[in-house]
Formats: sequence, C-alpha cells, structure tokens
Amino acid sequence: MSVVLTARDLTRHYEVSRGLFKPHATVRALNGVSFDLEAGKTLAVVGESGCGKSTLARALTLIEEPSSGSLQIGGQEVNGASKAERKQLRRDVQMVFQSPYASLNPRQKIGDQLAEPLLINTHLSRSERREKVQAMMQQVGLRPEHYQRYPHMFSGGQRQRIALARAMMLNPKVLVADEPTSALDVSIQAQVLNLFMDLQAEFNTAYVFISHNLAVVQHVADDVLVMYLGRPAEMGPKEKIYAKPLHPYTQALLSATPTIHPDPAKPKIKIVGELPNPLNPPSGCAFHKRCPHATERCASEEPQLRLLDARQVACHHAEVINGL
Amino acid sequence: MSLLNIKNLSVRFGDANAVPVVDGLDLNVNKGEVLAIVGESGSGKSVTMMALMGLIDAPGIIKADALTFDGSDMLTLKGRARRKIIGKDLAMVFQDPMTALNPSYTVGFQIEEVIRQHLGLSGKAARQRALELLERVEIPGAASRLNAYPHQLSGGMSQRVAIAMAIAGEPKLLIADEPTTALDVTIQAQIMDLLLDLQRDRDMALVLITHDLAVVAETANRVCVMYAGQAVEVGQVPALFDAPAHPYTEALLAAIPEHSQGARRLATLPGIVPGRYDRPQGCLLSPRCPYVQQKCRDVRPTLDPSALGEVRCFFPLNQPSHANQEPAR
Repeated sequence: MSVVLTARDLTRHYEVSRGLFKPHATVRALNGVSFDLEAGKTLAVVGESGCGKSTLARALTLIEEPSSGSLQIGGQEVNGASKAERKQLRRDVQMVFQSPYASLNPRQKIGDQLAEPLLINTHLSRSERREKVQAMMQQVGLRPEHYQRYPHMFSGGQRQRIALARAMMLNPKVLVADEPTSALDVSIQAQVLNLFMDLQAEFNTAYVFISHNLAVVQHVADDVLVMYLGRPAEMGPKEKIYAKPLHPYTQALLSATPTIHPDPAKPKIKIVGELPNPLNPPSGCAFHKRCPHATERCASEEPQLRLLDARQVACHHAEVINGL
Repeated sequence: MSLLNIKNLSVRFGDANAVPVVDGLDLNVNKGEVLAIVGESGSGKSVTMMALMGLIDAPGIIKADALTFDGSDMLTLKGRARRKIIGKDLAMVFQDPMTALNPSYTVGFQIEEVIRQHLGLSGKAARQRALELLERVEIPGAASRLNAYPHQLSGGMSQRVAIAMAIAGEPKLLIADEPTTALDVTIQAQIMDLLLDLQRDRDMALVLITHDLAVVAETANRVCVMYAGQAVEVGQVPALFDAPAHPYTEALLAAIPEHSQGARRLATLPGIVPGRYDRPQGCLLSPRCPYVQQKCRDVRPTLDPSALGEVRCFFPLNQPSHANQEPAR
C-alpha cells in the first residue's frame, strides 16, 4: 500500500487582536499533528468543537497554509511548491463539507456544478465532460434527468451525494470530509455512509473523515485520531482505541456517547466543566482541569505522544490509569 | 388519569385540504414519566408539541378531538388563563440555546421575568430565586453569571440557563425539543444528566423530542416513533428496541452505525419520506417497506395494540406467532 498523505508536526496558529494597545494573542488551533495515510484507508479525526478538526481539514486541503510542519501529498512536499505545482496538488485533495445546503451554488445547475472541476482542471471537450458527469451521477445514485436541476430541488441526502460526486470528479488521491453526515437523518446518514464506502472501494481513495459522532467513526475508520484543544490526545488503529481507550479524554468521550444498549452496570465517566478558552489554554496537559486522574505533573508538564499498547497516547499516567 | 391527553390531533398549514404535517396523533403522557418522541426531520414531532404550546401561527390549523393538559382543554383555553399554564405548569426547552435567549437582556433579567410573571415574586426575592435556579442547573459562579449576557455564555451554559427558565415555574410537564443536538458529546451527557436529575427530583413529566435513538435508549421510559406525521409505534423502552413491531422502527434501528457489527455496508431503507404530492393511499411506509403486501398499498392501517404496545401495521414484526399471520418474506 502506498502512502498518499503525510503530515509531520503540522501546526496552525492564528494571531488574534485583543485591542489597539494590547499585544496580539496567539490561538494554537492546530498543534503538532503527524500521521501517514495510505490509499484506500480512512483516518477519522474525532473531537469536540474547537479541538482543531476543521483547521486540520483546511490545512490538508491547502485552503490555508500551515504555520509550520510538513505536508506531503502523493509524496510531494507542499511547502515551497510553486504555483503550478500547487494547482496540481489541489486536484489530489478534495473536500466534502458539513452542510449540503451551503456548499452547493443555488444558481447553478447540478450538471454544471459537477462539470466545473473538469472545466478548470482538464482539457476535455464539452461532450466528454458531460459524459463523465453522467457516469459519476450514476455512480452516486442520481438519475440522468437530475443533470438539469437546481440544488433546491433536492433533499439533504441527495445534496450530499452531489457534493460527494463533485469532490470525486477529478479522482482525487485524498478526500477530506468535514462532518459529512451530521446534518442528515439516521436513515439518510446510512445511505450516504454506504456511498462513501462504495466509492472508496471503487476508486481506492484515502479518506480523512472528520466527525464528532463516535458511532459513525467506528463504522468508517481504519485509524482514529482523537484531538483535544488542537493537540492529538490519542491516535491508533480503530480496534485498539475502541476496545481499550488509554487516554482519559478518549475514555470520557466514549463513555459519554449514548448507546442503544446501555449497560447499567458500567458507570458513566462524568466529565466536569467545558472546553477551556483556546486563547488562554491551561498549562501542561490541556485536559488536566477536567481530568479525573490529573496530578501536579499534568499541570506543569505537557505530555508528548508516545507509543503504548500499539497506539500513540499523550498522557503522563496512561500506564497507571489503565493498569498496564 | 394522564397528565397530557392528545386525541386525534391534526396540524395543517394552508387550507383544510393541505396535507397534514401531524396526522391523527394520539398520545398520553403520565405524571412523572419520561416519554421520547423519535422520528426523522419532517415527521411532525416538533409540530405536535408546538401545537400544544400554542406556538402554531396562521396559516397553521390545529384540529383535535381532545388536547387536555392537567384537566384544562388547551384547544379552547385563551388569553390570561392560557398564559397562566404555559411557561409555568407546561414549559419547553428548545434545540438551539443561542437563539432561545434574548441577546439584549441579561440572563438574570430573563429568569426573573418568568419568576415575576408566574410566581409573583419581585425585587430581591426574585433575584434570590433566580440565583437558586442557576445554582440548581449547576452553573459555576452563578452569582456573577446573573449579570452576563447570552453572548458571553457557551452553548452548554446557555442551554443550562434555558433549562433554569423552564423549571422556574416548577412545571408538571417539561418538553425538551432536541435539547442536546447543538452540543458536544461531553456537554450533551452533562445536560441529559441534569434534565433527568430534575425530572426525578420534582417528579416532573419529561417529553424528549429527539432523532437520536441512542439518547432514547439511555433516558426514556416510553417511546413514540413517528413517521410522516403519524405515530407508527408506541412502546416501552428498552423492550421496543429489542423487538420492534413496526418495519420502520426496525429499519431505523438497523441504520444506526452501532448496529453494523463490522459489516462494511449499513442496512438502509430505500427512498425518502413521502412529500405532499406523493403521499401513498395506503400505509405511508408502503413504498419503502421491505415487507409490503397488497393490503398495505390499498388501506391505511390504524394504531392498534400489539404485543408490547401499539403499532400501526397490518403485519407487525416480532409478535407471538398466534397473534397474527406473518407475511411470507
């Protein structure tokens, strides 16, 4: 299997103005994220709002420059790439957004929207483009007569199919999906998730799947990256993380997720408080103020990712907590 | 005698011939119970409760054989008498806490407004009561939060304030319309804990409107599954989740990723909810139902007693074998 996306110590900081005479504050929206993603595999990024999931998506799709770190798409380094190279690289990473209501142009026909990536990036003739669009529409379960219709004539699930078709038009190496099913109903979500899985099997595309729904992630992912306040908390194979989460935050997230077969014998881990202000993050481990296992060391020293039980975890006390 | 009694409720928008958004709904809520109403968008779950609260404006038309809450007929009750009940004995928490609060007034003022209206307290006494309520909903630093404006609060905090306002009048029935949909997972767990704690504490009935079956499984005593404006199944939790009688309930449960059991594809129900122009003559699920028979296409079923509750299906699933003739699959 070939690695199509490599991130090394990716960071993205934002300067925030606090007033005319005060120095700028820095928000570390993304702080030291590294991973490798192989073709045909899915990396799921999990976390609550403000954890940096969407910033990661924007960095991976070259919508925003990372502040530091290295990003390689299909083996080519993004940093220092020329304008022409960047244009080529952008073809290889496509994105599906959360809201299918906002991500389609309401004034353009579906067929034209699907043809636009081809118009910009290829030299195909009008009839060739139309042929490709029709083929892709069939692939995602849209009927040929939908070509001439406008977005408002479609339901949310159908729109997300269109958005997915548009992202797949150029046969990208990597597809970044930012909460693609959170605006959809359960039965429609199942249809769209199935489509994601079918397209991946067909085109061998690598997915970066961003979600806060752990049940969905468990279904689609190969690897899981759990983030908290811009930092990776735990990363590893799905089976390992779901079977035995090692980081207290992962444990809390999994425990807080409602399940259809609740086990009354298993007490829920109660997490107090809310996500800290990213402008003023806590010292040491970002999670220590909410963590039931926090010690003095957690308040002073920031834990680094380290290998433990076949996954990486950023917690000083992972062994003690989990009896390893 | 149930606390809330809804008989044959229909809500339409437009003229009397318009397709009903809620179509012949019967529902009872007992004192102190947690009833969940589940369904997908457009199934009529929110509109039902809005009709009860009097939040349906023209061109909405509400018709019902009975709509009684705690002995009062909510269909005919008007003006002052109605306002005495709504917001006091019958309160509601909405989905989006950011828009449920008035951005121009402080949190304290908005809670005190409820207290002044319904409890007749004013001045210091109202302030004190508001503070107690904020502490009850576990807002840290409650005293300083009284003077905060909604934009200074996070989503979870705003929802706590909205809950404080709802419980200010010691309601007998609290309606929570997707109270945690806009919140993160850990905050969702905190808010659900709080709502259930309040419910037990005050022996209050709670109607939880949600599309998340897992939330239902963890919180409710009873569940009403709605599809296209009709209740298709009513039953006890968790029995109904183990043995759903209606094909739609079964399909909803099967579509949850948690139930995929490692399979690459999820079970899906083909097609979409019928709209106003393609409403079937028979059972509303018939175009999508995997067990459909000719009878289902011709006649619309009624909500009838089943092994575990009530179900709107001619050929209910998971019934004791003598109770019905299972169709050939």
